[in-house]
Amino acid sequence: MAQVTFLEAIRQALFEEMERDPTVICLGEDIGVYGGAFKVTQGLLERFGWERVIETPIAETAIIGAACGMSYLGLRPVAEMQFIDFIGCCFNQITNFVAKSNYRWGAPVPMVVRGPSGGGVHGGPFHSANPEAYFVHTPGLKVVYPSTPYDAKGLLKSAIRDNNPVLFFEHKFLYRRIKEEIPDGDYTVPLGKAIVRREGRDLTIVTYAAMMHTSLEAAELLSKEGVEAEVIDLRTLLPLDRETIVQSVRKTNKLMVVHEDTKTGGMAGEIAAVVCEDAFEDLDGPILRVTSLDTPVPYAPSLEERFLPSVNDVVRTARELAKY
Amino acid sequence: MPIEVIMPQMGESIFEGTITKWLKKPGDRVERDEPLFEISTDKVDAEIPAPSSGVLKEIKIGEGQTVPIQTVVAVIDADGAVTTAPPAPAKPAAPAAPAPAAAPPKTAAPVIPAPTAVPPAPVRPTGEKIRSSPLVRRMAREHNVDLATVPGTGAGGRISKKDIQVVIERGGARPAMAPAPSVPGAPGTQAHVVLENAVPREKIYFGRYEVQPMTTMRQRIAEHMVISKRVSPHVYSIEEVDMTNIVAVREKLRGEFERKHETKLTFMPFFVRACVEGLRAFPTVNASVDGNNVVLHRDINMGFAVALEWGLIVPVIKGAEEKNFLGIQRAINDLAERARTKKLKPEEVQESTFAITNPGVFGGLMGLPVINQPNVAILGLGAIQKRPVVINDAIAIRSMVYLTLSYDHRVVDGAVSHQFLGRVKHILENWDENIL
Repeated sequence: MAQVTFLEAIRQALFEEMERDPTVICLGEDIGVYGGAFKVTQGLLERFGWERVIETPIAETAIIGAACGMSYLGLRPVAEMQFIDFIGCCFNQITNFVAKSNYRWGAPVPMVVRGPSGGGVHGGPFHSANPEAYFVHTPGLKVVYPSTPYDAKGLLKSAIRDNNPVLFFEHKFLYRRIKEEIPDGDYTVPLGKAIVRREGRDLTIVTYAAMMHTSLEAAELLSKEGVEAEVIDLRTLLPLDRETIVQSVRKTNKLMVVHEDTKTGGMAGEIAAVVCEDAFEDLDGPILRVTSLDTPVPYAPSLEERFLPSVNDVVRTARELAKY
Repeated sequence: MPIEVIMPQMGESIFEGTITKWLKKPGDRVERDEPLFEISTDKVDAEIPAPSSGVLKEIKIGEGQTVPIQTVVAVIDADGAVTTAPPAPAKPAAPAAPAPAAAPPKTAAPVIPAPTAVPPAPVRPTGEKIRSSPLVRRMAREHNVDLATVPGTGAGGRISKKDIQVVIERGGARPAMAPAPSVPGAPGTQAHVVLENAVPREKIYFGRYEVQPMTTMRQRIAEHMVISKRVSPHVYSIEEVDMTNIVAVREKLRGEFERKHETKLTFMPFFVRACVEGLRAFPTVNASVDGNNVVLHRDINMGFAVALEWGLIVPVIKGAEEKNFLGIQRAINDLAERARTKKLKPEEVQESTFAITNPGVFGGLMGLPVINQPNVAILGLGAIQKRPVVINDAIAIRSMVYLTLSYDHRVVDGAVSHQFLGRVKHILENWDENIL
């Protein structure tokens, strides 16, 4: 057991999977000599060489197109978006082609697209995206968004070994801020399984990625006021673990969803609908959402701080819900 | 077409509002968006515009009343309707908006608590919408509970999971919740407050037993006692007073007093007069607590507990500090008599600022009473008994009494409590018989 950062956990997963399976290939911008913009891929080139650590031109469509082609040829490519915002360039390829390939032709695409996402680091409107909602709407994909080093490593390994295309979002705010002890060597965390991070009886907070930590912090504050919040970390957004969510709502009878993505058309609405479908008669209050504001991510730190959901926002909403 | 005017929600966490002023009278013409009434909430005071043009047909909630949000407060006959038309027949059963807090229940025999200390029991007129939740409705269905009998403590008076759980744990709405119609003075429609059980229900029933539903008065007393003990941290001070002089004064003057004034002479007015003096000297004992404020009452309204065969009641001598000894004795005798014959008016059991209770009449050496909310202290009188007492190193036989003061330690400290009792003791032990 060793203390590792969120970033180091991801690097370990890549390294170990490339060791384990020679068909695993990494490709992306500056991932070789420079070790990646955030140094996630540092050391891979030295160990695995140019043929398996491929530096690409600054052309995201080329990266995704190449990765898709490699998949057809029996490889398991892991494509890096230098910032996940740029995945928008490849929207057509991913939603129209990669996601449908196995359905249309029986040709699986076992590729992973990974990259740094999320705000809170003053990246501004082009380097802070939370693009999960676009892709959660697309059948044929899997979408993973971990919050802890242990999960990041275990889920990335599962993603690489999965035969479906998996989008793996790495919240960059967590890269070097979150550390924990993880087991040495190989382990996986199953895709599609949420986890209860904190048990509570009064209300359920469903969340994921960086907001998981915000929610846990809020839950501790709420506990001092006598409100015991259960915090569920989704970890995988598609397929969604309806069972864990519904089970918790059946216990607490109140639900709020906290995510960093903007509100309109976001995950929270989908989760609310799931609970209305599966557990309407277990609800003792409205389903509330705490999310970013419906604007692009602002550059100015003061504005970004206002834009992102804060611990206070979560506490305030939870109080209201508890009182309802 | 009648348009209902509702109490708006002025902010996310606001669940009720008080109507401070109506700017229009029934029959007045109003224009859409013209200010119609003024409200005061926890957060804001505001003018509320009319939702529609027309004629103000009816004001349902008067000035000074506090109602939950979404309550219909008035009806406007919107333009296009015949103004004399009767209200839409589709809503025959919306006779009165709920004004739970505003009017104290008009029972024939008013019961003990001052109404401000007690969360209002919601009274829902037939046909009024009951606010709950999908979960609560399901639980009601599964446990056969009539939601109309469940008081709501959630936001805006909503019935929450906790509210219905309490009812279910008590065994549902059937026997335990049914109003006891045989109780004197209990109107059958009175909504009931649900009392919490200290242990699970199944641990209560064993062996041979008989279940007696609580009377309305018993329920009110129980509820009031629970709230008082929960809200006010009780601390107790005890003082011993030599009553020999007063016993002698009373014995000596009793016959003449009763002949002259045609009313009984008891010990009570001595204690009331002494407490009035104590409260004048220590006004924090004559107070109430509102959040972070201490409300010091300028009037001294002396409550005194009257034991009844069917319970207990605390009538109030209003303005006790302005009455002389005879006036106090008359008020005590009058109120106590009417308490026993159920002829008290509701206002005669309200607005006490302090109270005295007398477990001594039943022989109790002393008692540690529960504070009568919204007071901050209550004096308990023990039995007056002859006891050997050391005076100037000699043992004497004196008529002694224990006085106990239960006080709310949020605002009254031990020092003040003992100073107050010391003052009362001083007055009692140095009574001048000419005061009578």
